[in-house]
Amino acid sequence: MKLKEIAEILSLRPLTPAVGHEREVSGAYVGDLLSDVMANAGEGNIWITLQTHVNIVAVAVFKNLSAIVIVNGRMPDADTMDKAVSEDIPILLTGKSAFETAGKLYQILNVQNLQG
Amino acid sequence: MFRTYRADLHIHTCLSPCAELDMTPARVVSRAIEEGLDIIAITDHNTAENIPSAIKANGEITVIPGMELTTVEEVHILALFPDMESVMRLQEIAYNDLPLTGNKRILYEQVVVNEEDEVIRFNDRVLMDATGLGVKEAINIIHDIGGITVACHIDREAFSILTQLGFIHDSLKFDALEISFRTERQRALKMFGIYDRYPWITSSDAHHVSDIGRAATEFIMKDASFEEIVLALSGKEGREVRF
Repeated sequence: MKLKEIAEILSLRPLTPAVGHEREVSGAYVGDLLSDVMANAGEGNIWITLQTHVNIVAVAVFKNLSAIVIVNGRMPDADTMDKAVSEDIPILLTGKSAFETAGKLYQILNVQNLQG
Repeated sequence: MFRTYRADLHIHTCLSPCAELDMTPARVVSRAIEEGLDIIAITDHNTAENIPSAIKANGEITVIPGMELTTVEEVHILALFPDMESVMRLQEIAYNDLPLTGNKRILYEQVVVNEEDEVIRFNDRVLMDATGLGVKEAINIIHDIGGITVACHIDREAFSILTQLGFIHDSLKFDALEISFRTERQRALKMFGIYDRYPWITSSDAHHVSDIGRAATEFIMKDASFEEIVLALSGKEGREVRF
């Protein structure tokens, strides 16, 4: 499924609209420890997190993630946004929790797999 | 005789993934001298490879070997040591847990530089990753090696013991807590007064040359040595720390 379709269904707010919204999403990973995500996230995954530190972009690049979704209405600072744009990593925002976001995304991706 | 020494004990070099490339060891030292500092510590993330160049480049100030260690909980701890040998022991432990970047492109350059500002090599570990050491274990290991530990920037939103673990448990034997340059003493007292059982320091956490010395701690002691800093932090024999 494409990132832009997911963004629409989950009402995610793209923070970097010019970046990567045609990308295919392979799945998702939820985590707030950068080292855990570095160890366990899969290529093409959306990363659901409440971290906003600039290092999240580095992790996404390192693991070839399709996008970062920042939950709980948190807002990354300018550093993080600039880095995301220059490194081509889409960042999307939601006021919802990680639980709700992951649950909805799981449903969408699973339905797709069943129809697959 | 006692006198006041200005110390900035938390400074990065171009080896740290998040620091500017012009933060060469020699440049850091010369800027620190311009800023009127007497003591600096070089504290890169999970590595100590640029410290020998800073020590060699140094003319007039004390350079303390240090490291900003990332624990398994992603708490940043400052480790300060009496000599290169002990900081290298901590580096060895840290490197055991840090993956190699391999051929993957990672955002940041991690540059080892000599005292003449020439590039020696690029560090190939993922220095922004966490080590496998828990906070308590890290403190114990650093003490065993002969170093002291400081909880980094407890007033910050990222990588501080308070954001990662919620509070500082009595059992953690930090030698000091660091308040970042962002928070003035009066405000820090209001926010973190419950932790006044530890001595407090402030430092620049410099990632850019112009950051160096933007915050410094005053130590009242006999000379600009690591041993005196240890005495001052424990408030022994007339020595003091002023933040």
